[in-house]
Amino acid sequence: MPNSSPKASFSSGSKVGLFVTCLVDLMRPSVGFASVKLLEDAGCQIFVPESQTCCGQPAYNAGDTKDAKDIARLIVDAFEEFEYVVAPSGSCAGMIKEHYPKLFADDLEMTPRVFNLAKKTYELTSFLIDVMNIQDLDVSLDQKVTYHDSCAGLRELGVKDQPRQLLAQVEGLIIEEYEEAETCCGFGGTFCVKYSDISDHMVGKSIDALSETDAEVVLGGDLGCLMNIQGKLSRLKDEGKESNLKVRHVAEVLAGMTDTAPIGEANG
Amino acid sequence: MVRSTSSQFKSNVKEALANEQLQHALKSIKTGFVAKRKIASERLEEFEELRDQARDIKTHTIAHMDVYLEIYQQNVEASGGHVHWAANEDEARAIILEICQQADAKTVTKGKSMIGEEIGINEYLEVNDIVPIETDLGEYIIQLRGEMPSHIIAPAVHVTKEQVAEAFKKTHTDLAPDRSLEDPDDLLSEARAMLRDKFIEADVGLTGANFLIAETGTSVIVTNEGNGDLTQTLPKVHIALASIEKIVPTLEDVTTLLRVLARSATGQEMSSYTTFSTGPRREADLDGPAEYHVVILDNGRTDLLAGDFSEMLRCIRCGACLNHCPVYNAVGGHAYGWVYPGPMGAVLTPGLMGLDEASHLPQASTLCGKCEEVCPVRIPLPALLRRWRDQVFERDLTDWKTKWGLKWWAMFAKRPALYHFLVGMKMQVVAKFAGKKGHFKSIMLMSGWTDSRNFPAPQGKTFQALWKERNK
Repeated sequence: MPNSSPKASFSSGSKVGLFVTCLVDLMRPSVGFASVKLLEDAGCQIFVPESQTCCGQPAYNAGDTKDAKDIARLIVDAFEEFEYVVAPSGSCAGMIKEHYPKLFADDLEMTPRVFNLAKKTYELTSFLIDVMNIQDLDVSLDQKVTYHDSCAGLRELGVKDQPRQLLAQVEGLIIEEYEEAETCCGFGGTFCVKYSDISDHMVGKSIDALSETDAEVVLGGDLGCLMNIQGKLSRLKDEGKESNLKVRHVAEVLAGMTDTAPIGEANG
Repeated sequence: MVRSTSSQFKSNVKEALANEQLQHALKSIKTGFVAKRKIASERLEEFEELRDQARDIKTHTIAHMDVYLEIYQQNVEASGGHVHWAANEDEARAIILEICQQADAKTVTKGKSMIGEEIGINEYLEVNDIVPIETDLGEYIIQLRGEMPSHIIAPAVHVTKEQVAEAFKKTHTDLAPDRSLEDPDDLLSEARAMLRDKFIEADVGLTGANFLIAETGTSVIVTNEGNGDLTQTLPKVHIALASIEKIVPTLEDVTTLLRVLARSATGQEMSSYTTFSTGPRREADLDGPAEYHVVILDNGRTDLLAGDFSEMLRCIRCGACLNHCPVYNAVGGHAYGWVYPGPMGAVLTPGLMGLDEASHLPQASTLCGKCEEVCPVRIPLPALLRRWRDQVFERDLTDWKTKWGLKWWAMFAKRPALYHFLVGMKMQVVAKFAGKKGHFKSIMLMSGWTDSRNFPAPQGKTFQALWKERNK
């Protein structure tokens, strides 16, 4: 067992509501279980409210304020009782932290509730470093990795050093930064299907930059971006462009759960 | 409104992405503007504080715009100049034409002016038998090519130097056809030689203005070629053309804004020339125009001032949001279809032209936030893009695929029990379809994704289903 020691005050186990996010729930449960392991090892008590679905961001970004509010209310109801809310996604955590308060700016009943929720909501790696101060992950991986900073995590929540501080604790792992780490990969939620030509061009540029490194794996904290990058890598491979670059969510590496197949590949 | 193709954004994009010369030309933005801004901003310790100050100056000015515009007018008139108010582009064009006709103008030299583009002044002067001559090198190039600018500070950024040489050889037919124009310096000297006489011959000089200073009645232009100075001091009439939000209270405010402008735009500490013009030539002056006119355009801006988009009026047109935008860098400026491209254009264009024409622009963004990160006056561009999207949705301008996709998704997202029952358990079946590949090469109704990318298959049961099993 990893022996990460949480701060003394959390030894009784902070009650953490895990907002697993719809993409992780549907597409890649292993990221959810990796998050649970990391949080439990940090001494937290994990709750997964059944009434969670999506944060409402697709509706919010499409200007559908009404549906966005309806969905957001469900999340507020489901999570406001916990000491902390953690999501393995900068984008979804950013929605709760940055955008719920704006969404309900003219709603006197909801305003204090969304501010309260926003205050205690964290992206996973940010929670592990900024709140739990994890300094001694007991995990190893002999691989060279690079990290893609997802836009919302980076610019809305300031998630930049936290995943790198955690990865630095993984024995044998080498981080090689790539030049376009902070440039949008072109996912952008519905953008990637609505303006697929631009999206495809953008992810192509990300992959050009990734190919400049010797990294074997590209890691990130948001499944949407990772699926976009992997989807393009995989298609390029079909078209004959050789690449052995694998794609994973950072939580799987930090939790030592890399026995499951990388994104877009089948187990076994 | 002036020639817009914003409604054909999607086909514009296809063309732009397939245009190899454009794609080649766009590469210079990252190594040029972006890299230089980074160095310049890091070298100035108080850059972030200056951005706050710049934001506050503009916010204050916008809140009291009527007051400062009146003070400005009084001070222009006190120094012997004339102020003309234009509610829309028709009025602005008519005012300019009248001034030109009264000066019996045959040719008008022009400094770079985005407002000039907005009102289509060149075409208007031409049909009225007055020859407009662009004197900014980039503007000169696109005038020869018969194009609109593709960038607000680098109008010809989409043109390669080979294309410039081609345009010069086609136009400057009295020069030796076999002359070498391979070196950028050759191009520069040729343009300079061609323009030199025009400066002297011109009857009217038309410039834009980066700022109008209320306390002194001064118009300010920043240039790197000195063409603006020759345009506004040599002819006997100078017309400065500006929109209402260029107003700034004091000289000191302008110095603060200048400190963030050049650094954000080109990474320079100051542009090569920063020129302050106050009134016509005075008796003791060695040069300067006999007449000094300022044409101030509204063209929809007071509506923005009163609504949800007033923060957009802080914009000082540095172009940093274009340079740093991954969408702009992918498609260039012409794809946006009108005068203002990139993130600032995606907010401003629907405001000035109407959302029906420009509804694609605020939607064609990943909201990555890079534009807000670099904006010298901290305009919350992603938030403003979202506000337009709210209106796109309210007015039902969303395309049907997206609309129904989202409706369908929201129906499940709002009903957790239904979500778990229908979406939750079935992911295992979906995963089986992908088989040993672990991904899909095509998915119905997801062709936007699968035309160019594979779609990773789900692992199997949902997290929540598995969690329930684990905790039984």
